[in-house]
Amino acid sequence: MQPILKFLSAKFAWILLAAFIAFIVAEGGVGVLIKDWRFAVELAVDGVLTGLMYSLIAVGFVLIYKSTDAINFAQGEFVMIAAIVVAGCLDWFGLPLWLSILVGFGFMVVFGMTLERFVLRPMIGMNIVAIIMATIGLAFFLRGAGPLIFGAAPSTINLPIPDSPIVWGLLYLTPIKLLGAAVSILFLAGFGWFFLKTRKGVAMRAVADSHQVSMAMGINVERYFAVAWVTAGVVALLGGLAWGNMIGVDTQLALVGLKVFPVVILGGLDSIIGVIVGGIVVGLVEALTAGFVDPYVGGGMKDFAPYVLMVIMLMIRPYGIFGRRLIERI
Amino acid sequence: MFHRECGYYKTSYQGDQAILPFPIAKQAIFGLLLLFLIVIPFFANEYYLSQLSLVAIAVVGALGLNILLGYTGQISIGHAAFMSVGAYTAANLVTRIEIGGEQLPFFLALPAGGIMAALIGLVVGIPSLRVKGLYLAIATLAAQFIIEWIINHTPAISGGAAAAIEVDRPALFGWVMNEQWELYLFVMFFAILAIMAATNLVRSRVGRALVAIRDQDIAAEIIGINVFKYKLYAFAISSFFAGVTGVLYMYYFSIATYEQFQIVVSIDFLAMCIIGGLGSIVGTIFGAFFIIMLPVVIRIVMESFGPYFMDPSYLPQVIGQLRLIFFGGLIMVFLIVEPEGLNRLWQNIRNYFRVWPFSY
Repeated sequence: MQPILKFLSAKFAWILLAAFIAFIVAEGGVGVLIKDWRFAVELAVDGVLTGLMYSLIAVGFVLIYKSTDAINFAQGEFVMIAAIVVAGCLDWFGLPLWLSILVGFGFMVVFGMTLERFVLRPMIGMNIVAIIMATIGLAFFLRGAGPLIFGAAPSTINLPIPDSPIVWGLLYLTPIKLLGAAVSILFLAGFGWFFLKTRKGVAMRAVADSHQVSMAMGINVERYFAVAWVTAGVVALLGGLAWGNMIGVDTQLALVGLKVFPVVILGGLDSIIGVIVGGIVVGLVEALTAGFVDPYVGGGMKDFAPYVLMVIMLMIRPYGIFGRRLIERI
Repeated sequence: MFHRECGYYKTSYQGDQAILPFPIAKQAIFGLLLLFLIVIPFFANEYYLSQLSLVAIAVVGALGLNILLGYTGQISIGHAAFMSVGAYTAANLVTRIEIGGEQLPFFLALPAGGIMAALIGLVVGIPSLRVKGLYLAIATLAAQFIIEWIINHTPAISGGAAAAIEVDRPALFGWVMNEQWELYLFVMFFAILAIMAATNLVRSRVGRALVAIRDQDIAAEIIGINVFKYKLYAFAISSFFAGVTGVLYMYYFSIATYEQFQIVVSIDFLAMCIIGGLGSIVGTIFGAFFIIMLPVVIRIVMESFGPYFMDPSYLPQVIGQLRLIFFGGLIMVFLIVEPEGLNRLWQNIRNYFRVWPFSY
């Protein structure tokens, strides 16, 4: 019994991958893909842009993991709360857009610092499972508190960006997605530089490696925790603006955060370039399966396919395409 | 009467290893059984009886999760998905197999649902040898979505577009349990069974191996524990409990629908384990009671005081939001302030009264 199970455990991923591909082929996906290549190209381009917008949200996640070794299951809720604050300023107080964004910015800074002080700092040195559970608790707290304080009515954030798509040959590009993708790449490049080249970035990586050793080396661990959470909050504000413009602002916005996990697992949890690649792959898979497989299985592939891909990745390379492989000591 | 240990000396190994070592514990358990099995079904009204039934069902599922989370240290965010596996398995068996014009009896459907959930749990558990901590959390999250999607999109399992299967009330040799008190006793029986099974499990060789894996898995492997085997055991046992919980929910509501088993439910069960106390059977019971009763309390408080400071039409919405806030907030507060949960508070109270009124 046990050798069989061990064998299954080693080859499980490949069996699953084969089954997944067979499933898609059997549903007629691949044949249609070749026959209907124009549609496929359109979907692919849209998918890549959407994927890069997922990256924009995943940045905050990777940032926190890279600099504090904590896992933030509430990233989607960060995005939601940022968007709700901005939308609330616009709707209720009638503030101009730039002022609302500024208020949102200030709110996220205070929010990140409060969070670090009262939730994360007491948990320094605790088991990783405890931190995961705490952020799950935080996610549900925000999902309840956001609408309660800022109103549950759905609204939108109207950015001064044209709605009509840019047509360029075969391609239809949505301006907001283009902008989101550009901001996302810009930010990721910036963070990549920050972590590699600056003193603070190196200190943050040291903190992630070991809280205790960093403290012994004279790094102010608490300050870097605060910096990481505040930055994650501010990045969430950007994600909230882009996604809030696209799909509207209510609690459903938090569900975008669920796409973060496939993105970061595919790319590697502590890799900046991995976030871009992971985002693109997830966006592509999502768009193509939604376009070609959905009609055969009755919908929902958009949410299903990235997770299957992620499970397969977890079994082949849990640390992702670009992630660092951890070696465990007692 | 509080001097529990006074004058009792253990003279045999059996006495030393007994679950209830002192007469006062036996009396207390007897009293509690009397209260919950005889007094409450007769005197409580329908509403509270139904809430207590939900507590009893939740105890079963929370025990399963606590075996995995509290005793083995493996996180699972897909507990509700295993419940749905159990519920749909049982629902399909019950509605498709007829014995003498009757639906399949519950004492066959219940273990069948549990075993099916345990098998699916094994499949999800197989990667647990390779991944742990964060990765396991994400893998079980994926399992939640994947299982939910598969059930929803396979008409053979979900029974059509609404993804809901209706079943009859459980019947025991012709006695159909229609009344609330009958259902209450039905689920209470299985809750007690689950409590006994879990209590004995964690005292056994398997339970000790699980605890060793939780504390340090590499060290456990070095002292000769087959980590792979016991992690799979933990997943299978936990999923079995979850599957049984799913079947109980199905019988209790007379319907199996995926809406009862969404990710929010998984989080509810996580909250039960954390608030009750990780790695504690008594704590799990407290946790289940707390989490099921909290919305009731919030609702009563809001309905009596809410209209004074807000428009009554907002009340249902606000109650739902408050429920999320309290759940999330309490998870955080307990993790930070009292990681051992309600169980620790109970221990403190007990230890205080152990030597009361003489503190020496």
